[in-house]
Amino acid sequence: MTTTSTSTDEVMDYDEAIARFDPVMGLEVHVELNTATKMFCGCATAFGAPPNSQVCPVCLGLPGALPVVNATAVESAIRIGLALHCEIAPWCRFARKNYFYPDMPKNFQTSQYDEPISFDGWLDVEVEDGAGGTEIFRVEIERAHMEEDTGKSLHIGGATGRIQGADYSLVDYNRAGIPLIEIVTKPIAGAGERAPEVARAYVSALRDLMRALDVSDVKMEQGSMRCDANVSLRVRAGDGPTSAAQLDVPLGTRTETKNVNSLRSVERAVRYEIARHAAVLAGGGSILQETRHWHEDTGVTTSGREKSDAEDYRYFPEPDLVPVAPSRERVEALRQTLPEPPAERRRRLQTDWGYSDLEMRDVVNAGALELIEQTVALGASAQAARKWWLGEPSRRANGAAQDLVAYAAQLGFAPADVAALEGMVVAGRLNDSMARQVLDGVLDGEGHPVQVADARGLELVQDDAALEAAVEQVIAANPDVADKIRGGKAQAAGALIGQVMKATKGQADAGKARELILAKLQ
Amino acid sequence: MNSDLTRATATELAEALANKTVSSVEVTQAHLHRIAAVDEQVHAYLHVDAEGALAAARSVDDRRAAGEQLPTLAGVPIAVKDVLATRGMPTTCGSRTLQGWVPPYDATVVARLRAEGLPLLGKTNMDEFAMGSSTEHSAYGPTRNPWDLERIPGGSGGGSSAAVASFQAPLAIGTDTGGSIRQPAAVTGSVGTKPTYGGVSRYGLVALASSLDQAGPCARTVLDTALLHAVMAGHDPMDSTSIDAPVPPVVEAARAGQVRGMKVGVVRELGGAGYQPGVRARFDEAVQLLVQAGAEVLEVSCPSFDYALAAYYLILPSEASSNLAKFDAMRYGLRVAPGGVDDPSAEQVMAASREAGFGPEVKRRIILGTYALSSGYYDAYYGSAQKVRTLIAQDFERAFEQVDVLVSPTAPTTAFRFGDKLDDPMAMYLNDIATIPANLAGVPGMSLPSGLADEDGLPAGIQILAPAMRDERLYSVGAALERALVDRWGGLLLDRVPQLDGTAVKGA
Amino acid sequence: MSSLTRDDVAHLAMLARIDLDDAELDRMVGELDVILGAVAKVQQAPIDGVAPMSHPLPLTNVTRPDVLRAGLTPAEALSGAPEVHEQRFSVPRILTED
Repeated sequence: MTTTSTSTDEVMDYDEAIARFDPVMGLEVHVELNTATKMFCGCATAFGAPPNSQVCPVCLGLPGALPVVNATAVESAIRIGLALHCEIAPWCRFARKNYFYPDMPKNFQTSQYDEPISFDGWLDVEVEDGAGGTEIFRVEIERAHMEEDTGKSLHIGGATGRIQGADYSLVDYNRAGIPLIEIVTKPIAGAGERAPEVARAYVSALRDLMRALDVSDVKMEQGSMRCDANVSLRVRAGDGPTSAAQLDVPLGTRTETKNVNSLRSVERAVRYEIARHAAVLAGGGSILQETRHWHEDTGVTTSGREKSDAEDYRYFPEPDLVPVAPSRERVEALRQTLPEPPAERRRRLQTDWGYSDLEMRDVVNAGALELIEQTVALGASAQAARKWWLGEPSRRANGAAQDLVAYAAQLGFAPADVAALEGMVVAGRLNDSMARQVLDGVLDGEGHPVQVADARGLELVQDDAALEAAVEQVIAANPDVADKIRGGKAQAAGALIGQVMKATKGQADAGKARELILAKLQ
Repeated sequence: MNSDLTRATATELAEALANKTVSSVEVTQAHLHRIAAVDEQVHAYLHVDAEGALAAARSVDDRRAAGEQLPTLAGVPIAVKDVLATRGMPTTCGSRTLQGWVPPYDATVVARLRAEGLPLLGKTNMDEFAMGSSTEHSAYGPTRNPWDLERIPGGSGGGSSAAVASFQAPLAIGTDTGGSIRQPAAVTGSVGTKPTYGGVSRYGLVALASSLDQAGPCARTVLDTALLHAVMAGHDPMDSTSIDAPVPPVVEAARAGQVRGMKVGVVRELGGAGYQPGVRARFDEAVQLLVQAGAEVLEVSCPSFDYALAAYYLILPSEASSNLAKFDAMRYGLRVAPGGVDDPSAEQVMAASREAGFGPEVKRRIILGTYALSSGYYDAYYGSAQKVRTLIAQDFERAFEQVDVLVSPTAPTTAFRFGDKLDDPMAMYLNDIATIPANLAGVPGMSLPSGLADEDGLPAGIQILAPAMRDERLYSVGAALERALVDRWGGLLLDRVPQLDGTAVKGA
Repeated sequence: MSSLTRDDVAHLAMLARIDLDDAELDRMVGELDVILGAVAKVQQAPIDGVAPMSHPLPLTNVTRPDVLRAGLTPAEALSGAPEVHEQRFSVPRILTED
């Protein structure tokens, strides 16, 4: 067994790997629903509560306790299924998935097996077309089913806090029983070299969809959305990844990479596994069907547990629950509650905001869409909102390897702050460079924009008399330049403006200074 | 009423309590004395809560003294099978793995008993996790049949049946997965009902087989059984499989005890070869008494019942193997480190703890169920068993188109001697042959005494089965038959049970 | 009707997490053979085309509203635990990640 995250696995150069093999993926995404209570009991689902404070006999698996299905969770499951263009089962059941694990209180997970609540759907995702535009890639959905989350273990002792080498583990069951929807894709073939990008775009699109449905917090960093990525390679055939000859080649052995908990990781992990598989296959080896663990820090996967006969989940219909049979009327009523699909919404917003394709793509890639929408709703112009969000905040989020939304939320930096900042610019209190200083201050935690501007004494000189005095002083001190301007060389005014700004310690409105200078000398 | 309070029926006690001719503390104390006197011989109880029972009794007495209108059974003490979770009282399920476990919550049935003011005397013995027909599979030693201390009291609820049959409680709670209320009632000369599946909440009943388990009342008379049935039953939102409908009028039916004009079907497949002659003779007489009471009797065939035992011993172990997975030494229960292993893993500790904590019958059924559910065998075993289950339900449907109730002997034999079937699992399983179909189909069933078998002088039982949600029919027929039998016997069958009191019997 | 080998039973015991000793394994092979022989009778029943019945009640759609309900205190939750640290259930080292 590999005991550290610094893998010694060989990897092939990615381009070479793609030249020789065709990647096929399967993505399993777990979404924690944002219901007030758990899937099968009335315990709270709040994140970060003291350990074992949100538990009851049911979610602790105490002898005798029985589950009862959360009606809202079923409703969310149906809405998710509909939004993924799935069929909704007229009749489905829960099943027990039997395996022993200390964080699973009953040693079976109440899940769905051969009768999922929704199945056979699709989700269109946008990927770059290589020519500066975007292209739609359709990911087919196998199923989206209901299940419950497990508890959480802390591994104590050992060097790394990881499972290997730990002396013992401490289990908190607050998370046990939180409703999960597991969304499973059909094999994703035909993406070729863009497979990692497609994987990321898919998870990103799912996240957008869950947000739009308001069914989950989808915070990958808190684990309320988690991705397992299955990757396999097959030899190249035909004249491209979507050619019939290529699609006819049987799938290779897959590995399932777990713990892929950010969009960036999804892309990196898939890319890594493609390169690793390629090296194994090219070296004449064969891929072991196993679970791999993704290590964000080192950017590699390590071997987990081998999938084998030992894994016989002995599924059978959960006898403590009765079937879920949503009526067609109910399903249709829920269909009416679906929000505008995120892709359509993006197209509408792009038109409303007047962004170019490139601008829109940057906004989407930065995950700034909602932030900008909210900022615009607070009165800022679309261009200004884009400028501010994609500037320093995005740079800092990237630097911290965080999603912009998460980064801003953690900082308490809200659309209202950006709107306030832009408001001061529009009102003439700040010029652009001052506004940037204020933004830095806000992001450094110095307070809200107005507080930062006040504290740093940043304010354009609005006092015309003071500005006029400075202008006259500068003209008097630079007679040669003044003569040039009088002679018609208006561009020479720049030198004087610079000195005016210097004299006013940068707090003058440069445009106004220019007007004054020209008025006096022409 | 009998001057010995422990000999009185629950109905008599309830009347005396309501009339204030006796207090709940007196009644409860009398039973605690009886327990102290005879349970060393019978071993019906795993835990006696004298203090808690008396406190509950005092509270009822105080409320009654204050003029409060109380539920019928308020103040009548009761024993609870150790498979129901009781807050503040150990709940072991007869297993070493749960030795000393005190649940932090009450089963719904237990909460209802407390709410209705029934003092809880204690927890009764049972086969480990309700797997067995003799209580010999209890980790804490068997319960003895008060009719003959060398014989089994039935199982799995032998503790509850023996408690009521030895006057250590007027009432007891049992649970019935394949006959664990009815077969013990039959072999101890007492009465017990398995209600319609879903009629009584399973919340807090430590599951053996979720789709078969049902808690129900144990007592010495049909009316007492009905009174307890009415307290236990009713919808519970904590149990998804609980029926959201009014409780059938069981008490009214038991009081009326009317069978005139009812059609009674004798099940051809339950009662032929393999049934002890004395058991059959008492059954035939009982059927004649029903005819005399005005019932029309006809024979009915349920051909699929021949497959019931096989289906049951696939479905039960399958569900049990999953239900019992939670006993893994991580959150509660016995934790044992494997021998000869330094620094064992959680996995190793689980396996060692389950090895040490479970008895042979539990292990046998877990392994069997694990096999029946495993990939490649599911369709042949669990899947086929579920189809047989459909056939059995259809047999019941057809039968109940012809008749109002079905009858059969409850168990093929009277109480057997300890050890007789312990090493032969299949022989032990055959005890449940007549009771199992009701659990598979979810229909209600009752056992009441039919008399003593000639060959051994031990009690035999008759089983009555009714359509789902028609539990009251059990009580109509049961009460009518009981009245006829009591007339013939000049008293309850249990009036003839050995006394057990006095040191002479001690250690017998 | 397949019969179970000792290895089969050992594998089942592993799946069921029961550390059976050799004597138990030997005994159980024989016992299970007898029991399986008896329960295999279900395959002889006229079950062709019969729908499986997993539950005695024809109920559907039993749910509860998404409303908080008081649970256990941490002390109650941990009251039966063999070992507790930092308000958590302390368990032996876990071999493999789930």
